[in-house]
Amino acid sequence: MTFDDFLQAFFSWEILEQAWPILWAGFLNTLVLSAVVVPLGFIGGVILALLSTLRSRWVRWPLIAWVDLFRSLPPLVLLVFVYAGLPFAGLEVSPLTAVAIGFFLNTGAYYGEILRAGIESVPHGQTEAARSTGLTALQALGHVVLPQAVRNVLPDLISNTLEVVKLTSIASVVALPELLFQARQAQSVTYNATPIMAAAVIYFVLLWPVVRLLSRLENRQMAGRR
Amino acid sequence: MPGPILEARGLHKHFGHLHVLKGVDLLVQERELVFVIGPSGSGKSTLLRCLNRLEEPSAGSITVDGIDLLDRRTDINKARQRIGMVFQSFNLYPHMTALGNVALALRKVQGRGRAEAEARAREALDRVHLADRAGHYPGQLSGGQQQRVAIARAIALEPRVMLFDEPTSALDPELVGGVLAAMRELRESGMTMVVVSHEMGFARAAADRVIFMDGGRIVEQGPPAAIFGAPQEERTRAFIGQIERNHA
Amino acid sequence: MSNWDRFLDSFFNARVAAEYLPKVIEGFWLTILLAGCIILTGLAAGLALAVLRSLGIRPLNWLIIFVVDLFRALPPLVVIVLLYFGLPAAGLSMSGFAAAWLSLSLVLMAFAEEIVWAGITAVPRGQWEAARSTGLGFAQTLGWVVLPQALRMVVPPLTNRTIAITKGTALASVVAVQEILGAAQAGVSFSFNPTPLTLGALAYLVLFLPVVILGRWVEARFAWKR
Repeated sequence: MTFDDFLQAFFSWEILEQAWPILWAGFLNTLVLSAVVVPLGFIGGVILALLSTLRSRWVRWPLIAWVDLFRSLPPLVLLVFVYAGLPFAGLEVSPLTAVAIGFFLNTGAYYGEILRAGIESVPHGQTEAARSTGLTALQALGHVVLPQAVRNVLPDLISNTLEVVKLTSIASVVALPELLFQARQAQSVTYNATPIMAAAVIYFVLLWPVVRLLSRLENRQMAGRR
Repeated sequence: MPGPILEARGLHKHFGHLHVLKGVDLLVQERELVFVIGPSGSGKSTLLRCLNRLEEPSAGSITVDGIDLLDRRTDINKARQRIGMVFQSFNLYPHMTALGNVALALRKVQGRGRAEAEARAREALDRVHLADRAGHYPGQLSGGQQQRVAIARAIALEPRVMLFDEPTSALDPELVGGVLAAMRELRESGMTMVVVSHEMGFARAAADRVIFMDGGRIVEQGPPAAIFGAPQEERTRAFIGQIERNHA
Repeated sequence: MSNWDRFLDSFFNARVAAEYLPKVIEGFWLTILLAGCIILTGLAAGLALAVLRSLGIRPLNWLIIFVVDLFRALPPLVVIVLLYFGLPAAGLSMSGFAAAWLSLSLVLMAFAEEIVWAGITAVPRGQWEAARSTGLGFAQTLGWVVLPQALRMVVPPLTNRTIAITKGTALASVVAVQEILGAAQAGVSFSFNPTPLTLGALAYLVLFLPVVILGRWVEARFAWKR
């Protein structure tokens, strides 16, 4: 194989021009998909974290079981189970619905763990001070505890969000036309790897700034934690 | 003489098997400054925390400004407006400025508009001589300044009674003076105060009455001169002797 | 047949389960093999990169940082697809197992390097100076003084990240590896019954639930001294 063959296989301008509209549509779908599943998972996480503040053991143990269950199942397994399994139970689900359910369960569990750790990192005195001035339990949580909790675990929240956006690529397995799926389509038509390469470059350009930011935050965090 | 502004009767508190308060009666008159001393584990902090129901008493009754605190129908959050509390570890909200700390309950509990809440908050900060620090975050203030902001946070709600839970114990010695000065000014303005603290000098100078607690009970009480000068009970004598040796 | 019976017949069909259990068990061992390979090469490569980075050779460090950022930003499935479906366009080919192994190793390498490096930089300068002042060389200082402290600090994040990436072995099903998910999906399409997926999900739980619980324990055991 000559170098020209390699360039032709992975970096063909001609192929890229042909595939661009398809890739662009996929890119937009990836953005839309992220805009759906990130808030969905976050809301799931907030619900789990709020439940974890109830100290009753009737809430606590089922909650831990729930979180660990969905952290143990690989997200793709969950997605395939929902998408390919539910029709057998008489529930036809669209790819988007399947992805939404799967991400709500999986991502929610991760956000939930992060937020719970955040809430636990806020000293109890904060709640007491807030309650002593007459704030209700919910007001104390909303105005005093949660803002600090989110700030304390911000790097973890950003990191998880990055993982969620990357994870949207598994939606290609259930034929949701996001970026990777579109790239695979273009590749199988053209017998050329350029579309997949282009998809990789798009992901990288989109997410590199986030990775840089995280790298800074994490270094600072580790230094502060010694 | 009007009736007491704070009246606690027969207070008991259990933590599991631990019987921390064993029937405490406490009456505080308006404008009175009551000082509570005692060894650690004597139940003095628990007593204080029961008085605004941060701890739920196991038995007994508490009335503040005519309101039955333990009545199910009492809106405890409304009642807590009348009972200010200052904590040993300040417990300022680190994500809000000094002004934000003071204004939060004014807005969320009293439902005041932002402008009015902030004006009142500024006034409260001015009373502890920190008006110029309104925009600072707790992390940018010294421990003494943080505690004064915490005092402002409580007095901004115009409480009828103030509870102080070892307000100077977490401070470096050189920062204690500012907090005590703020407390003295508060006293001179006529505030009713219940103070748990080891600042004996302040107790001698400012308290109307000193209560010595041990083992979950009030052992002895009286004017500071009597308690410090001529304690009747052996345990009181021993405790005061020890404190004075430590501070000599 | 009631709905409940139909549900049981679909998801917990004893006949189908008996038929496909051996396949899923084969997949189970393949998943363990793949995971083991990834953990070994990924962690080793990550540690090696972190040590290389501590040498402080500028151009080399830029290269390391770029590679690390690259594999933190790219979705693992994109890397797997690129290697498996892309390389043949250039006349090269790679088995699905090799593609998954290499891809996930690169991803784990990137995360491990980042985490270990953060640990190394969090060890105070005074440790280096004290060790060097007693005559220890650079490598000795790194190996005997700095790395032991750094690694202890990074155990919790590294464990959690390793677990998360190991769950990515399910992605290998996309490139025709008959690991748990691949075997289960094949079973579903042959039997027209989702019971093999149930088996697959159970197999993942058997594999990962103890690991997730271990992760919880590690986090508590090595809790940061604040």
